[in-house]
Amino acid sequence: MNSLLTQEVPLSWYLLLSALLFALGVVGFLIKRNLITVFMSIELMLNAVNLSFVTFAHQWHAVKGQIFVFFVMMVAAAEAAVGLAIIIAVFRARATLAVDRIDLMKL
Amino acid sequence: MSDFIFFKVYLHLWLIPLLPFAGFLLNGILGRRLPKWVVTTVALLAPLGAFVAVLIAGLPIFLPFSSAYLGHAAPTSFVETCPTPWIDIGALHIDFSFVLDQLSLVMLLVVTGVGFLIHVYSVGYMSDEEGYARYFSYLNLFLFFMTVLVLAGNALLMFVGWEGVGLASYLLIGFYFQKTSAADAGKKAFIVNRIGDFGFLIGMFLLLANFGTLTFTEIATKLGQDPGWQGGVVTVIALCLLLGAAGKSAQLPLYIWLPDAMEGPTPVSALIHAATMVTAGVYMIARTHVLFDHSPFALGVVAIVGAATALFAATIGLVQNDIKRVLAYSTISQLGYMFLGCGVAAYSAAIFHLVTHAFFKALLFLAAGSVIHAIGGEQDLRKMGGLWKKLPVTFAVTTVGVLAIAGFFPFAGFFSKDAILYAAFVQGGSGRVLWFVGLVTALLTSFYMFRLWYLAFLGEPRGESEHHHSTPWSMLGPLVILALLSTCGGWIGIERFSAFLAPATGARTIDAGSAHLELILSILAVAVALLGGIVADVLYRQKPTRPAELAAAVPGGYKMLVNKYYVDEFYGATIVKPLLAISTYFLDWIVDKALLGGAAWLLGGAATFAGVLLQRWQSGNIRSYAAWLAAGAAAVLLFVVVPWPAVLANLGIHLTMAGR
Repeated sequence: MNSLLTQEVPLSWYLLLSALLFALGVVGFLIKRNLITVFMSIELMLNAVNLSFVTFAHQWHAVKGQIFVFFVMMVAAAEAAVGLAIIIAVFRARATLAVDRIDLMKL
Repeated sequence: MSDFIFFKVYLHLWLIPLLPFAGFLLNGILGRRLPKWVVTTVALLAPLGAFVAVLIAGLPIFLPFSSAYLGHAAPTSFVETCPTPWIDIGALHIDFSFVLDQLSLVMLLVVTGVGFLIHVYSVGYMSDEEGYARYFSYLNLFLFFMTVLVLAGNALLMFVGWEGVGLASYLLIGFYFQKTSAADAGKKAFIVNRIGDFGFLIGMFLLLANFGTLTFTEIATKLGQDPGWQGGVVTVIALCLLLGAAGKSAQLPLYIWLPDAMEGPTPVSALIHAATMVTAGVYMIARTHVLFDHSPFALGVVAIVGAATALFAATIGLVQNDIKRVLAYSTISQLGYMFLGCGVAAYSAAIFHLVTHAFFKALLFLAAGSVIHAIGGEQDLRKMGGLWKKLPVTFAVTTVGVLAIAGFFPFAGFFSKDAILYAAFVQGGSGRVLWFVGLVTALLTSFYMFRLWYLAFLGEPRGESEHHHSTPWSMLGPLVILALLSTCGGWIGIERFSAFLAPATGARTIDAGSAHLELILSILAVAVALLGGIVADVLYRQKPTRPAELAAAVPGGYKMLVNKYYVDEFYGATIVKPLLAISTYFLDWIVDKALLGGAAWLLGGAATFAGVLLQRWQSGNIRSYAAWLAAGAAAVLLFVVVPWPAVLANLGIHLTMAGR
């Protein structure tokens, strides 16, 4: 029992979780029709990648991966700000957030 | 000799063409916005300035000439070469060079002098016309190119001027471009000239290939050094140049454009299609005379072409009813005389006739223009008559012109025509035939000119139009000056004239021992001219019904002449029609429409079809784009991650690189 607690979680588990989260994000992006859900799926994918970055950084005792994660988080925050603003603008113009109906570059 | 040159005048030769060019630019670009008097001033200053420049530049040539008469030798010519070469590729070296010698000096004096008079005349003649500034800019452009042609020191620069005067001629024939016939006549002149230019070009290529130079003086030197240059390739070159000259100077078989060129304004007919441009062919032969001197065969062809053209055009001129067309055929005929002169190697006589012809033919054309102007645009001789009362000055100057062209003593035409006929006669043999043809032509010339004179000025008025414009002094002035020149222009005499030209055209001594023969031939020529005048008098003054009776007596011959020997129809059927058929059925339908059009249609169709297929990808649906992106990423991942060689090896497939 003790040994089980002190034992490290193996690398593959993290990676598996990361892949699972990423796949969930992809599937969500592809099948969801609401623009906000699609947007959340993108965030999910980003964080799945973040998880694998951190995992490898821990594995190889290198800090670069963790620094990268900060960059990704920063970009994601900026993207959230811009993306949500765009979503609001689109909703005002079209009165809908259904992805399938937003298929023209023209407003 | 230096005692006689009191001062040394040096004038840059390029000023001579530059002045008309400046006039062209000014009137061509700004003419429509400038007031009319500015346009007129610019248009007149350009040729006047050029004329003065020619006089100043020619002074050192004139002065030694007068001294030469006192027993000194005087070979003088100026060469002005641009310091940077024009074309310098390998062995080919062509300079931008102008040459002023006796020949180009005479020609320049005619071009700028008569040109200036015709500019002055145009001020009156064109005053009511729409494109006043456009007209004068074209006229100045013509003078620019003509002076370049005359001054050119090598064949290529001459060709530049040659093509340029062709362009100016095209623009001015088609001056009334709204009229289909005028536009067509311009195109005809340009296209027929292109055939001649083809000959000129081939001649130049052959010159380059055989002599390695296009400079006239160098060609002359090389020909002089080696007596082996005789006939053969020299003949071919000379015949090619003759084709070019025949195109520009409206000789058989390329004369057909000149009568149609009368669609242009009458002063243009006087300047370009009588006095100057059409004589460029004669000038070119005189300029390259060394080539012709080395090829008796080519010289003979020149003489035959000239004599045949002179007679041929004169017979057509007998029955024409349009006053300008009579003069046009007369011009072709007189140009034939000049070619005849060149053909018997009497270049100075040919140039002499060129000068006097420029005087009296410009005079006749301008007088015809004055008649047409006065009676409201009518050109048909049958509707004129009795004009001597209305237009006394025009009548007087036309009389001078008619006497000059018919060759009556002491008018200008007598001396020059006589010089050519004499040179032909003393050549002996076939020269006698040429002389006889020339004499018959002189008879015909005298007849049709007196016919024109009687029909237009004497008899009863036959025209219904009574409105009568007065002729302004700007038109009468040049007429009077040209009438004076037509009277006195020949008095310099052929001996003095050829002595002056000798350094440029070669000293050819016409055997001087036969003064009696010369006198007899002169009397014969005047008698023939008189006979022509009497026949015209009998037919057109004493009994005006006789010409119609005569025409009815020989209906076939008359019809032939009225229809100009059906030459236009013949060319139309043998050259134009087949070319048109080839162009329409083969080039247009098969090559252009079927082959090229089909290929373009196929390519375009393929692109359109591919577009129709591929446009389905661009649905605008973001989820489909994302799906394709994911599928692509998955495919790349699959390709990278899976160890394909091993997998395939397990399946029994071995990948081998070819050639290993």
